[in-house]
Amino acid sequence: MAHTMTKRESETALEATGAVVALDFGKAWDYAPAPESPDHVHIDPRYGLFIGGRWVTPRSGRFFQTINPSTEEVLSEVADANAQDVDDAVKAAREAYDTYWSRMRGADRAKYIFRIARAIQEKARELAIVESMDGGKPIKESRDIDLPLAAAHFFYHAGWADKLDYAFHGRRVRSLGVAGQIIPWNFPLLMAAWKIAPALACGNTVVLKPAETTPLTALLLAKIIEEAELPPGVVNIVTGGGETGAALASHPDVNKVAFTGSTSVGKRIQRAIAGTHKRLSLELGGKAANIVFADAPIDQAVDGIVNGIYFNQGHVCCAGSRLLVEESVHDTIVKKLRDRMATLRMGSPLDKNTDVGAINSKAQLARIQELVAAGEEEGCERYSAPCPLPSKGYWFPPTFFTGASMSSRIAREEIFGPVLTILTFRTPDEAVEKANNTSYGLSAGVWTDKGAKIFYMATKLKAGVIWGNTFNKFDPTSPFGGYKESGFGREGGRQGLAAYLEVE
Amino acid sequence: MEKKETSGRATRELERDDASESARGASAVDSTRAGDALRMKPYDSAKVDARVRVNKAYKMFVGGAFVRSESGRYFQVKGAPREADLGTEADADVDADPDTVNVPRGSRKDVRDAVLAAKTAWTGWAKRTAYNRGQILYRLAEVMESRRPELTKSLVRGGETLTAATSQVDASIDRVVFYAGFADKFFALLASSNPVAGPHFNFSVPEPMGTIGVIAPDRPALLGLVSTVLPVIAGGNTCVALAGERDPRTSVVWSECIATSDMPAGVVNILTGHAKELAIHFAKHREVAGMDAWMVDPDLRKAVESEGADSVKRVTTHVPMDADAWADERKAQGLGWIERFLETKTIWHPLGL
Repeated sequence: MAHTMTKRESETALEATGAVVALDFGKAWDYAPAPESPDHVHIDPRYGLFIGGRWVTPRSGRFFQTINPSTEEVLSEVADANAQDVDDAVKAAREAYDTYWSRMRGADRAKYIFRIARAIQEKARELAIVESMDGGKPIKESRDIDLPLAAAHFFYHAGWADKLDYAFHGRRVRSLGVAGQIIPWNFPLLMAAWKIAPALACGNTVVLKPAETTPLTALLLAKIIEEAELPPGVVNIVTGGGETGAALASHPDVNKVAFTGSTSVGKRIQRAIAGTHKRLSLELGGKAANIVFADAPIDQAVDGIVNGIYFNQGHVCCAGSRLLVEESVHDTIVKKLRDRMATLRMGSPLDKNTDVGAINSKAQLARIQELVAAGEEEGCERYSAPCPLPSKGYWFPPTFFTGASMSSRIAREEIFGPVLTILTFRTPDEAVEKANNTSYGLSAGVWTDKGAKIFYMATKLKAGVIWGNTFNKFDPTSPFGGYKESGFGREGGRQGLAAYLEVE
Repeated sequence: MEKKETSGRATRELERDDASESARGASAVDSTRAGDALRMKPYDSAKVDARVRVNKAYKMFVGGAFVRSESGRYFQVKGAPREADLGTEADADVDADPDTVNVPRGSRKDVRDAVLAAKTAWTGWAKRTAYNRGQILYRLAEVMESRRPELTKSLVRGGETLTAATSQVDASIDRVVFYAGFADKFFALLASSNPVAGPHFNFSVPEPMGTIGVIAPDRPALLGLVSTVLPVIAGGNTCVALAGERDPRTSVVWSECIATSDMPAGVVNILTGHAKELAIHFAKHREVAGMDAWMVDPDLRKAVESEGADSVKRVTTHVPMDADAWADERKAQGLGWIERFLETKTIWHPLGL
């Protein structure tokens, strides 16, 4: 199993790359391994589909393996649902919608959703461990971010279920019907929560397809839903790949499609459902600008930059992947960034000291490597943190590029990995111009000590979420979603309810 | 240059009218001529002393200017039969227009030019205060009120009865006033301060999307156009609208109201032409952030939604409502009409010393 780098290994690695260590913490930087034990976690060797309140074997008869990306060990086998399985799931969801869920009092729907929130809290440790094993993210993040937020999303939305008439200023609302939801692999359980909680609160039933590489926590969530005694068919979980997702999105009896994932797949879904009257919400890619002014609190900004791009190995749609630095502080920032990166611990996702975990899949690693190679070919200067890469598993060290231009591929395309592209600007308006010069518009960050400048920039930036002197903060009360090709519709907050309701 | 276009409802009507005139013996080619003496079309020589009226050239409204189609194409629109209002005062006005007018048949390039004008105007329009936008919209209502007879006359020429035309104009003006008053209020209704679980100040505000394409319904010619364009611009977007093709002249008269109000150039751009040809160019244009398309043809609605996907466009398509529904304040106006083309922007900032 991969382990967190010790001080000695780190120094050796640094010497090997010829990098100069600016900070020296001495022996204080040596942390003993602190692995979170997976001993009490139970993962079934094989999972069926959760349809109509029962665990069923797929009609396809096919299963596929899900692995631990940090070790390449097989964790379990999950069902590969085909169009017939999806049809079963949609039928179950329809039946549940028509016969009870849409007719149940909001106050009672609420109590079921509260139950889910509580059970997630009760099983948080187990879920966090499985999340880190199946997806490669550091336990620190799954334990402190994914799990608390997943529970919070159910808790928050549960309370809306009987208050929907207050949400839109007296406008009448009604549920949509069956929601087909397709989620990505970067925050598997959290994305399931973002999708299922508002759908149920608004009175819809759900067919959810987790991502192919990270199905396990959604299946554990299905067990929670089963144990919470939700009426059968209200939530159905179908595992599978792209074809399963396509079958779900194009199923004629689905009233609403919610998708989080890449912009290219989002466009295909939007095109596929044209003319069908299905409601759609899309949360797609991003290439967020993180803008640092010379008057910013530089050390905080550097931490924000690190959090912005290396959080969750950069597998974050709203990652601050384009750093725009005011020219006068460029060299200072780059130096401090290198220093800060030297302290990042890369290694076993289950080690509580790990800052950067494994890349989610072999395919994603290849995508990152391809774009990084493109950056080098275009003449951009690459710096990677001197981390030794474990021999097994999929790894990519925290990396940044300087000397890139706005037209570089690494400055335009979403890399979805721990790779930052650093650009400079001279005036606030140039920063705005560069930040908005993208087809994406999911998020942006602004670092400055001047309040008026934050709001000036926040007004000008074309992005759905703006972080001022902070980055990558999420909350169920706070609407999240993009402008332009980052998708449409919001998740979270009062505004997010609109994605699951017909508002008159 | 295409002399006469061969598809589209307006032309089909023209062709049908030609045929019926032909049946009455008014054909351009008189088959009875052979061997007869010269027969001229009758003319009342008393008219010699009457003033010759000035006909209006109908033009599209782009970037604050009245323009013909860059393609040079046109389609012809005939005035409706006027039996219903014969002998009324309104009819005298109506009579002052020629039977047939040439209306520009907008092209793909016209759509692109209009989008450019709208995109250029957007920065300034979005930057104005909501109060100022509200006043400009209210000014439009004032101008429309002063041009009630002209708008009414145009609708009657487009086939409405005098009663229907009058109430449509009234409802249209009232709708403008409704949105004028909404310009500085929807913000507070849609924005929120969000109680996040941490030391952060967090709030969400609505923002306009940019340039919105509107394919207005054919009927009601004025109220349908006003009801679709006003919520778009009240929200701070700019707009390129394709007027309904049954009575495009009224859209031009309305453009003249806009031109003489305080509306900045390019905020509203109105094209005339055929939805079947142009809607798809709205959908494919990457600078069009959203579309509100009211079209009968399901294949066309599907095509517009499908092409819009390439730029993740916010496309809403609708089967046109019937005329009564457009007059219904509960069905054809409201907060939701504005909200449709707004984004939500959420801003976080830490609290601390």
